[in-house]
Amino acid sequence: MTSAWDSAAIVGIGELPAERHTENVTTLEVLARVARLAAQDAGVEPGEIDGLLVGPQVGETPQHVPATVAEYLGLKPVMANVVDLGGASGAGMIWRAAAAIAAGMCETVLCVLGNHRNPEAPRSPNRNPIREFDVPFGASGANTSYALLMQAHMAAYGCRPEDYALIAAAARTNAQANPDAIFYGKPATVEDVLASPLVAAPLHLLECVMPVAGGDAVIVTTRAKAERAPHKPVRLLGAGEKITHRAVSQAPSLTSGPLKPAMEKALAEAGRTAGEMSLLSLYDCYTIMVATTIEDAGLAPPGGFGAFLRRTGLGPDGDHPLNTHGGQLGFGQPDLAGGMTHVVEAVRQLRGSAEGRQIKGATSALVTGNGATMSEANALVLGAEA
Amino acid sequence: MTALSDLKIPGPTVIALTKPFWDGAAAGRLMIQRCGACGQAVFYPRAICPHCWSDRLGWEQASGEARLKSFSDIHKPGHPGWAPVAPYVVGLVELAEGVTMLSLILADGPVPVGTPLRFAPTDIGGRVLPAFRPVDPG
Ligand SMILES: [Zn+2]
Repeated sequence: MTSAWDSAAIVGIGELPAERHTENVTTLEVLARVARLAAQDAGVEPGEIDGLLVGPQVGETPQHVPATVAEYLGLKPVMANVVDLGGASGAGMIWRAAAAIAAGMCETVLCVLGNHRNPEAPRSPNRNPIREFDVPFGASGANTSYALLMQAHMAAYGCRPEDYALIAAAARTNAQANPDAIFYGKPATVEDVLASPLVAAPLHLLECVMPVAGGDAVIVTTRAKAERAPHKPVRLLGAGEKITHRAVSQAPSLTSGPLKPAMEKALAEAGRTAGEMSLLSLYDCYTIMVATTIEDAGLAPPGGFGAFLRRTGLGPDGDHPLNTHGGQLGFGQPDLAGGMTHVVEAVRQLRGSAEGRQIKGATSALVTGNGATMSEANALVLGAEA
Repeated sequence: MTALSDLKIPGPTVIALTKPFWDGAAAGRLMIQRCGACGQAVFYPRAICPHCWSDRLGWEQASGEARLKSFSDIHKPGHPGWAPVAPYVVGLVELAEGVTMLSLILADGPVPVGTPLRFAPTDIGGRVLPAFRPVDPG
C-alpha cells in the first residue's frame, strides 16, 4: 500500500538539554543552535533546506515569524509556515512537512521549536473568550483545565490518585536513563508524587510538567535524499489530527479527547494497533493526559489505565515502553518544543541510537501531540526503514 | 480573611456583543443566547450560532438551574490576585439549558461531581459576576 507519506522521511534530529533558567537569551538563538544540530545530524547543508516550519513566538516576534527565523538562519524557503497547535505543534509539523514534500512544494524541511527561560517571561495581552469568561472566575492557566479533566475522569470511572501518580513515577524512572532530562538523578516514587503539594486538586505538583528552556528540531526530506543520509531514515506511516475546542468548558467530552480519532486515523494508515508499537511516545503535560490517551488508544478500557500500567513494563525492556526519554514529566517541558521531544525520542529509538535506553529491535512508534485543553490533537505512526 | 469582593483581580473584557450577559449578571439575571434558526442554546455569546451559523441569535433569561460537571480546588492560582482566597473552587457548570460555563463555586464543604447548583450572582473583585452555589438539599 502506498500513501502520500511514502514521499518523505525523517533524516535529522536535534535536541538541547533541558535547562531550568536562562539569562538574556532570545528564542532566535535557541532555534539557530538546535537547527544546526539537526542539520549536522541529517548531513544536510543549510542551502538544501527549502522548507521551514516554526512555532508562534509570544512576546518576541508576534508576526512574520517564518521570515524572521529564515532571515536569521540565512534560509530562503519556498514553503514556510507557523504551526500554532500548542503541544501538538511538533508532531503537526512532521506531517505538514511530509505533505508539502509530497505536493512538490519543497524537498527538505526544517521543523524547529525552542524557548528561553529568562527571568521575565513575556505574556501577551489576550482578548478572547478564555480571557473574558474563564479568567474572571480565578481560572488562569493549564493547571486548572487539566485538574477539571482529571476530576471528571475520576468521577466517571472511580480511578484513584495513586493510579495517576504511577504515570509521573514511571516518567521519573525513565528519565534516569536520559542525562539531558531536568529530573536526571532525581527519581520519584508514587508516594513522592502523592506527597507533593496539591496545585489544583486533584493534580499534585509532580503530576504537572516542569517548565524548562530547550529546543528540538527535526529535518524531513524526500525519500531519494533520505537514502543518502548518514543515519537510517525514519518513515511516516500514518498521521491524524483533530481540533475540537479551546476552552475546557467547551470540550465535547471531558473523558475522551480528539486524540482518539487522530490516533485511529494514524494507526489505520499504518495498518497497526497501538498495542503493537515498539514505543509509545505519548504527550504528557499532566498525568491525566497520559491516562486518557492510553484509554483513547484502546490500550485499556475507559477507567482501566491504572490496571494497564500495573501489569505493563514501561521501560525500554518492558512490554510497552512509554516515553523512554522520561516524557515531559521527566525531561521537563521546553514550551512548544516539549511536544517535539516525543518525536525526537521516537526517531532515536527507530534508528537504534537511543544510548543507554535503546528498545531492542524497535520498528514502530506511536507519537502523540496535544495542545490547549485536550483540544488540539495529533498522532503520528513512525517506522524504521526496513 | 479576604472577602471575594476585595480581591484585586482582572475582570471580564466586555465587548458590545457580550454586554447583555455581564449586565444581566450584575442585575441578578443569567442571560444566554438561543439560536432562532436551530433552537439550540449558545454559550459563550457569539456573533453566529456555532451549530448552524445562523445570525438569528436572541437573548433569554436562563433558569439558573445547573449541575456540576467537574471541579478543582485551586491551591496555586494562575493569577496572583486570587491567592488571598485560595484554595477556592472552580467548576464546570452545565446549565439546565444544555450549555456549559466555567464559574466560581461557592461552597463551604466538598461538592461532588453531579451536585445540583443554582445561579448565585456574587461580588467578585468589585463586580457582580455569575457564580454558582450548591442547591440546599433541605
Ligand atoms: Zn443555530
